[in-house]
This record gives sequence, C-alpha cells and structure tokens, in this order.
Amino acid sequence: MSALLIIEQVLNGLQFGVMLFLMAAGLTLIFGVMGLINLAHGSLYMIGAFAAAAVAGATGSFILALGAALAAAAIAGALIEITVIRRLYGKAHLDQVLATFALILIFSEGTRWVFGSFPLFLDIPDYLSGPVTLPGGIQYPFYRLTLIAAGLLVGLGLWFLIERTRVGIQIRAGENDREMIAALGIDITRLYTLVFAIGAALAGLAGALVGAIQSVQVGMGEPVLILAFVVIVIGGIGSIKGAFIGALLVGLTDTLGGIFLPELFKLFMEPGAATQTGSALASMAIYILMSLVLIWRPTGLFGARA
Amino acid sequence: MKKLLMATAALALGATTALAETKIGMITTLSGGGAGLGIDVRDGFMLAIKQSGRDDIEVVIEDDQRKPDIAVQLADKMVQSERVDILTGIIWSNLAMAVIPSVTAQGKFYLSPNAGPSALAGQGCHQNYFNVAWQNDNLHEAAGAYAAEAGYKNSFILAPNYPAGQDALTGYKRMFGGELAGEVYTQLGQTDYAAEIAQIRASGADSVFFFLPGGMGISFLKQYADSGVELPVIGPAFSFDQGILQAVGDAALGVVNTSQWNKDIDNPTNNAFVETFQTEYGRLPSLYASQGFDTANLILSALDKAEVSDADAFRDALRAADFSSTRGAFKFGPNHHPIQTIYAREVIKEGDVYTNKIIGVALEDHADAYAADCKM
Repeated sequence: MSALLIIEQVLNGLQFGVMLFLMAAGLTLIFGVMGLINLAHGSLYMIGAFAAAAVAGATGSFILALGAALAAAAIAGALIEITVIRRLYGKAHLDQVLATFALILIFSEGTRWVFGSFPLFLDIPDYLSGPVTLPGGIQYPFYRLTLIAAGLLVGLGLWFLIERTRVGIQIRAGENDREMIAALGIDITRLYTLVFAIGAALAGLAGALVGAIQSVQVGMGEPVLILAFVVIVIGGIGSIKGAFIGALLVGLTDTLGGIFLPELFKLFMEPGAATQTGSALASMAIYILMSLVLIWRPTGLFGARA
Repeated sequence: MKKLLMATAALALGATTALAETKIGMITTLSGGGAGLGIDVRDGFMLAIKQSGRDDIEVVIEDDQRKPDIAVQLADKMVQSERVDILTGIIWSNLAMAVIPSVTAQGKFYLSPNAGPSALAGQGCHQNYFNVAWQNDNLHEAAGAYAAEAGYKNSFILAPNYPAGQDALTGYKRMFGGELAGEVYTQLGQTDYAAEIAQIRASGADSVFFFLPGGMGISFLKQYADSGVELPVIGPAFSFDQGILQAVGDAALGVVNTSQWNKDIDNPTNNAFVETFQTEYGRLPSLYASQGFDTANLILSALDKAEVSDADAFRDALRAADFSSTRGAFKFGPNHHPIQTIYAREVIKEGDVYTNKIIGVALEDHADAYAADCKM
C-alpha cells in the first residue's frame, strides 16, 4: 500500500464527498426552511442527468448540457413545489414521505416513457478528459479534479448566498421562525418556491456532473438519495455547514473503508475470506459512522433542533 | 335476469379457460436500473410466442423491481391464484434463489432465461428446473480460458458481492490458472469505481477481468477509459450487451468479451430472429433477448409433444430440447443446464451503432462444473 495510492484514494473520497454535498445541501435546505422530507430529491438528480444527456446529444456542448440540467431540475422543482409540495407543509412527515415517494414513481416511469429503458450516453467533453499528472507523480483523471473544484465553488456560492445576501437572511429567518417572517411582510410562498428550486437545481447539477462518468438511467437517483440522507443526519438536519462536513466524512469513509478494511482483514485472515468480510463491512462503514455520530451528538454535528 | 347474468358470466369464464390452455407466468425486471435486461427477455419471449401463432397460451407478466421480496410475492400469487403451469423470466441470481426452489417444490416447471446460480446447478438441482441460458460460471470460465490463451499471467478481477458475482470470479479463476494481482468485491448497484481503478493502477496486473452487468458496467468502463490505466480489459457479454454499448460509446471499442450468442452466428433461426426482432421492436436484439426467444421456443417445442398436466412427459419433452435455437445446436446436460459453445467477441462500430463481432471460440461444447453433484 503506497503513499501514492492513499493520496489518490483520498482525492476519490473528496470527489465523492463534494458531489454528495450538492445533493445533501438541497435536501437539508428544504428540510431546514420548510420542514419537509423530500424523497423525490433523487428524481431531480435524475432529471438533471437526463436533461444534460439529451442536450449534449443534440448540441454536443457540455456547457449547454450543464445549463440545461440546472434549468430542467429547477423548473421541475418549482413545478412540483407549486402543484404538490405546497400542500404538504402543514402535514405530518408520514404524509410528506408518502406523497414524495409517489413523485419518485411518477418521475421514474415518466422518464422511462420519454427516454426508454436503456441507459443514455453522456460523456466527458474532450477538454476535460484523460488523466493529469499531479505533483508526486500521481496520475489522476482531470474530470474528477474538475468535479472537486466545481463542488467547492458551488459550496462557496451557497455560503455567500445564505450568509451575505438578502435572500439568505430571509432563508435563515424562515428556518428560525416562519410565522414571524411572514408577519414582517415577506412573501413566504415565493421564498419557499425559490428555496425548493435552488435545492432542485443543485441536485440536477450533481446529476449532470456525475452522469458524465456514470450511467444515465432511470432510478439512478435513489442510491444517492439514501447517502444524502445519511449525510444530513450526520451533519445535523437543516445545517448547510453540517451537510458539507458530513458529505466529506461520508465520502472519505466510504472510499477509504472500501480499500483499507479488506487489507486490514488480510492481516489475520486468508485473502478470499478477508476480501468478502472486508467488503461487507465496508458497505456498512458509513452507517456505523452515522450511529457513532448520533450516540455522541443526537442532533448531528451541527444540528440545532432534535 | 340475475340467473341469466350468472350463466353468461359462467360461459364467459368457461370460454377464457378453454382458450388459454397453458398459462405461463413471467416474473422479470421491468422498472428501475436493471429494466433493460428484463425488457429484452420479455420482448424476445413474446416474439416467439407471437410467431408460433398459438392462441391457447396465456403469458402473465409481472415486474419484480429487482427486489427478492417482491419476486417471492409475485411467485406466490402466480402459483396460488393465477394457477400458472410454467414460470420463467427472472434475471438476477439473488431473486432466482428466492423463488425457484419454492416453485419447483410445488410441482411447477421453472425455465430460467437468464440467472443460473451455482447452488441450483449442483446439489440444489431439481427435475422441474431448466436453465436455457447458461450456468452463471460459464461465460466467466470462457473469459478465463481466453485470458490464459491470450498469454495474460496476472489478472486483477472484480465483481459485485452477490451470488452471480461470486460465481463469476470462481468461474474466471477456474479456467485462468494464472496469478491474481487483486480480487475485489464491489457493492451491487455501485456507480463509482474510482477506488477500484486506483487499486488496479497500483496492482501491477497485466489484465483486468470484470463482471459488472447493466449500469454498473457502463460506469466502470467510462471511468476506466478516463483514468489513464491502459491494461487490456476482458469481461463476459453482460457488460457489453446491445442495450448498454450505446451508453458506453468509444470506451468499449476493441474490448474482448465472451458470449454464447451473438447476432452474427450464422444459422437460419438466428438470422430470422435478428431480422424480425428489429422489425418488431426497432432495435438490435441483445443476448438477453436471444435467451428469452430460445426459452419460449423450448416451451413451444415441448407443448407440441405433451400437455403440461402430464408432468413426466412434458419434462421429457423439455429435456429433449427439440427446437431450433438461435445458438445453433442446443442440448441439456444431466443437470438441465446447457452444454454449449462460448465465443469470444469484440466490440466494434457498425456505422453509428456499437455492436459485437465474433472473433473466435473460447470454449467448445462446454458443460458446467457442478453437473456431477446433481442427483435428480
């Protein structure tokens, strides 16, 4: 196990983490401001990827494809907020889960109806493809470095939006006391739609960015959704900062666990069994992490309320 | 009046049962990530039923969503309330393990158009269970044989951690014989392989064998092509089937993979199959479609000879495999799994379409390794 391999794996973990952050940020924002559990967040991720694949196929431009992903997911988000989600704010979490689960089914089958059951083609543009050599002689795919940079930039932008702008003040106020900001004359309905669309756009962007190195297919959002929920539980529900730290923790734990646990077991088991036990334990690693964090801090790392 | 209605209803009921003499239940994956495979099996199967022109066969099709619990519920429903005679359709080995032993124990016939877990080929074999596709290890054994013949000495191998994944690596190792630079089990449904690719880079291997069916293979190949690791890749046909090649694109070109079927196998049945499938569905068939097509034709050939209600005669008729397969000659081994030739294929581009071309034979008349353990 060389140092180079470890550094490469840390980069992989970071890249996975920042993409999870894009998903988790929207999810935690929506929960924090509106108190809504949105299971359909994974569908918005899928919509982003499909929109990007369709536009990239038609125009050949990756930038246009990313724009289309952002726009399609934001529009889809705003539409479902206005038609469905808006009716759920006052309801119990179970009703929200039920309704947004129905949305998953509608979006999945709708996408299948439009695009068919076979995966779509979306590739990395030429100018981002191939490996680059980092200091120390590490060969690393340029696209993954771009993903890390893009994720950090979006994180920075989100921080700026929430901490430094008027909309951000309204969002934070909405998290603390929604009756009060409504009483202060802020159009809470519009604010909610906006927050939902921002969250959706982030998910769509993640879908498009990740779709280029993965398979663009129906149902691609749900596995990521589960991880995103783990992230916001670890980070503390409603906290963007928590989502960021949580996403990096989950990304690194998942990636490094997958490598080092089988190696660890090889020290005292025969290789075949060690690989199987190690892999099995590695897939549990993030949930073990989550339980440990919750034992230590029941509201998550940066969670304000239970 | 009421009596008349009831009589009409009874008549109508009688009429439908008279029409559908044989009822086939198909449980397959039609939604979610693995849907492409199930849809191909279904379309191939229904094409053969349609071509037979028989209107006394009813096929009940249900979607298992790739979830074992749902597959079990559907199987119970089909056996108990739909009262089907034959079941078929399951794609995934973990679902097959949950369903097949229970339905065969209830006296139903099960014909697998895809999954062939090792547990059901050896000691767990059953006289009412037939596999029309392959035993899970087969295509991987062929890949191992091909790798050994190509002169590779040190392979890095990876597969998802589920029954077919374990069968895959076992199969490859059985025929490969060389050293292993690494052996990795990934999660089923995993989409990011950066960590595994980094291990491959560091492993000093001279070749990479992977079994990652469906979307998993698309992700792996795209990421592998972008990683700068340039070791030759070998795999079974599952990662290079017609449904996913278009999504992988250039990254798959030139890769050698092993399959018991390809569209360029030259026999009248296969040529007609490829042509009619394209006319009917507007796309090229995959190996899954060919397996569905062969399964239906096997059932049809047996129905020509015997009624399903006469289980012994029907079983003998299935065992005889007296139908013309898309693979050419087709025969069953003693454990009701095919003995067949497995080819090496290469991914090529025909015009704008990515597809496969046979470049040689990997294993001739190959039988699986578990047949000797089967006592039926």
